[in-house]
Amino acid sequence: MQRQVALIKQSLFDQGYLDEQFIELEELQDDANPNFVEEVATLYFKDSARLISNIEQALERGSFDFNRLDNYMHQFKGSSTSIGASKVKTECTMFREYCRVGNAEGCLRTFKQLKKEHATLRKKLEQYFQASK
Amino acid sequence: MADEVPSLAESKLTALVVDDNFVNQTMHHKLLDRLGIKNDVVCNGQEAVDVHCSGRNYDLILMDMEMPILNGIQATKRLREMGIESKIAGVTTRANEGDKKEFMEAGLNDFQEKPLTISKLLSILHRLDFHVQT
Repeated sequence: MQRQVALIKQSLFDQGYLDEQFIELEELQDDANPNFVEEVATLYFKDSARLISNIEQALERGSFDFNRLDNYMHQFKGSSTSIGASKVKTECTMFREYCRVGNAEGCLRTFKQLKKEHATLRKKLEQYFQASK
Repeated sequence: MADEVPSLAESKLTALVVDDNFVNQTMHHKLLDRLGIKNDVVCNGQEAVDVHCSGRNYDLILMDMEMPILNGIQATKRLREMGIESKIAGVTTRANEGDKKEFMEAGLNDFQEKPLTISKLLSILHRLDFHVQT
């Protein structure tokens, strides 16, 4: 079982879903807070779901408020960076770049990819935490 | 690594985390807890000012730069105008040199890029002369 957990975790790093910041997060887990990493991940996915919903609503309006979109994405990138969500962070960076140059199509395309990476990470981390129990 | 983390509990240091991001709040709170530093968390610069107006004081403030209502630069200036002499470390994601300069000139004692880690936090504490025994 331990080996399975280790393999799942290694694949998350090998496939680029997580970076070394996730290890920093694990370093904070101790006997006093044995589920700290899972708790932070849960908080991240709850918060990022809210941000995704806000961004979707903003995009559906049709008129692109790039400032507002960039603000949402700044938040999203910050959280993603803090937990080591590498691929999601990369998409956030690209989205912000498209906001900066006012490229609506780029924003839409990147947002679609971001949601995909986010959903995949969520599923894989859920598997990891389940296997760790 | 976990066994090598020093504890500053005996020093009775206190800190304030100022950040609008829930994940970062949780992380920074835990980082400080891990080092034995009692800490409070507020969500923006205005709350940081308000908590000081209520009479609270802290040895260290970890101040995010981009926040709603009152950002880190404005909050740092306001706190210094109020005579708050706490050590303030600006903590933000990669800022350009201009932003960093403006933040430092607002009254920071130190600056560190996010995401914070134990080693980055220890580095802040060392540079700000908080005695850290290993």
